[in-house]
Amino acid sequence: MIKFLFKGLIRDRSRSLFPVLTVVTGVFLSVFLYSYLNGVVSQMINSTAHYQTGHLRIMTQAYAQEADQNPIDLAFIGVDNLLQTLNEKYHQMLWTPRIKFGGLLDIPDENKETKTQGPVIGMAVNLFSEFSPERKLLNIKDAIISGRMPNKTGEILIADEFAKKLKVAPSDTATLISSTMFGSMTMANFKIAGTVRFGIAAMDRAAIFTDISDIQFALDMQDAASEILGFFADDIYNDEQATLIAASFNKEFKNPDDPFSPRMGTLPNESGLADYLNMVGSMAIIIITIFVVTMSIVLWNAGLMGSLRRYGEIGLRLAIGEDKGHVYRTLILESVMIAIFGSVLGTLAGVGIAYLMQVHGLDFSFLFKKTSMMIPNELRARVTFGSFIIGFVPGIISTVLGTSIAGVGIYKRQTSQLFKELEV
Amino acid sequence: MNNSYLIKTERLKKIYPMGPTTLVALEGVNLIFKKGEFSGLVGPSGSGKTTLLNIIGTLDSPSQGSADVMGRKVETLSHKSAAQLRNQHIGFIFQTFNLLPVYTVFENVEFPLLLQNMATSERKKLVMEALEWVGLADRAQSKPAQLSGGQSQRVAIARAIVKKPELVIADEPTANLDAENSHHIMKTMVQLNKGLDTTFIFATHDEKVMHYLKRKISLNDGRVEKDEILEREMWK
Repeated sequence: MIKFLFKGLIRDRSRSLFPVLTVVTGVFLSVFLYSYLNGVVSQMINSTAHYQTGHLRIMTQAYAQEADQNPIDLAFIGVDNLLQTLNEKYHQMLWTPRIKFGGLLDIPDENKETKTQGPVIGMAVNLFSEFSPERKLLNIKDAIISGRMPNKTGEILIADEFAKKLKVAPSDTATLISSTMFGSMTMANFKIAGTVRFGIAAMDRAAIFTDISDIQFALDMQDAASEILGFFADDIYNDEQATLIAASFNKEFKNPDDPFSPRMGTLPNESGLADYLNMVGSMAIIIITIFVVTMSIVLWNAGLMGSLRRYGEIGLRLAIGEDKGHVYRTLILESVMIAIFGSVLGTLAGVGIAYLMQVHGLDFSFLFKKTSMMIPNELRARVTFGSFIIGFVPGIISTVLGTSIAGVGIYKRQTSQLFKELEV
Repeated sequence: MNNSYLIKTERLKKIYPMGPTTLVALEGVNLIFKKGEFSGLVGPSGSGKTTLLNIIGTLDSPSQGSADVMGRKVETLSHKSAAQLRNQHIGFIFQTFNLLPVYTVFENVEFPLLLQNMATSERKKLVMEALEWVGLADRAQSKPAQLSGGQSQRVAIARAIVKKPELVIADEPTANLDAENSHHIMKTMVQLNKGLDTTFIFATHDEKVMHYLKRKISLNDGRVEKDEILEREMWK
């Protein structure tokens, strides 16, 4: 019977082509949008984790309350001990200290007078240690536009856009004017080793990158850091595990009465992404629901048109002794065949285009010029295992649902009218 | 099943509601059809021919009275049991052939057997047998659109008899055919009746069909007006 139905579907294009095209279109859009949304969210999570919060972030409670302002006077001291403890207790994570600071970057002319200057945000990370994960996390090597990586103390990288604004180039000197951890004014000279562009507007506007030891020295922060970030070894955020680690750490180290005691937070909470990620999760469900409903209505109508076209055939089948339930089930079976075929084609098309968008991406930098979110300028899709199966949900549900509703008419056929109906 | 008859109707009545009134389509029809009959229901439009065929064919049930078809009471049959009875024991031939256009002649004839979950080899044998009976074995792979009206009706006959039913019901089987094809079709059915002992019941206005009948039942206003056994040379 299945072979018989399949032959009918293949030969009668009006019975298969329109439903298949509808399913292909809906599944293609579902797969592509899912993969693109997935890619954007993944990029956002990765950028936020790598450049801002880590998968886990430790700060003093006082610092955490003012974290937006990078208040280094509230940073914690005793970083080496804490890092040792973290590496022993939570060895599944990679731990790395960072200092975020602000100041003024002054560029002197040949007479050591100010040529240009501008406010700057700085990030001090462990650039020199061979065990440091930072080079990989920040993808510094690939971000270098001109010059080279700093390889000795006193060298910095500067955002390419910022460098152009200040009219500086590699090997020029720059002076950081800032305040120490204890509030006194400080100045430190650096040599620009290279310029970088990360493709993230918030990072590329006005940022410098230094080794943490240089900034600890310049800002009087020996054995201090504004934060310690933890990353899963495979660089994939695991919320369940992160929450467990944070709870265990806070239970042991966080003291509500001591504002300088450390506290640990997870990526979604630290970045304020929790609600956003929930919303994105809901968006995926909303997108699929919209496609299921829309496609169901279209396929319901297609089913009704098909039923009208096949009125004679269905009547004949009832007359020669096919049970109504059996006719109905064969229609559903046909729809499942169409759904599977359409879903496979739609998924292949969706995954194919999504893969192209994963490789090439779309440049949205014109939208992100003023954003402070850690979102890459070039948004790419991400093809995952889910991309290969997500399309089957709207593809199969809508086709079967549409046919189920359209096919109900079979139960309303009066067999006593069949002679009349079949002799028209 | 009672050996003395294939179908028996007793005081059969069929009433259709028509708004505030009712229409009596059949009124006290008492008939017996024996196995192997070649009978025709004749009469003007609205005389109850198709209604009677509907009930005998288990497509409809009587309002009053009873209809015993191959040992089953039609008035008590569920939809499913009626469908099962039609599927296994009754073949239908319609005025407008009703072949499925996307399937070949072979597949059209095969279709009733698919519902019986028969093995492929057995199906193939029965289909080819049926097509040989109607003289269309060489057109097995043709599509209905490639056939003439007469050939299409012969395919419809093959579809009706492929499962070797006890009863074939034909409603105006020659209405869409010219005289030559009508005679050809009727001769085919006579041969099948003789060869397979299949009971044929027709509803017809067509004189050409009447010429072949062994028994002619005239209906008028839902009642049996005349029931005659006809002496024909061809049946001797």
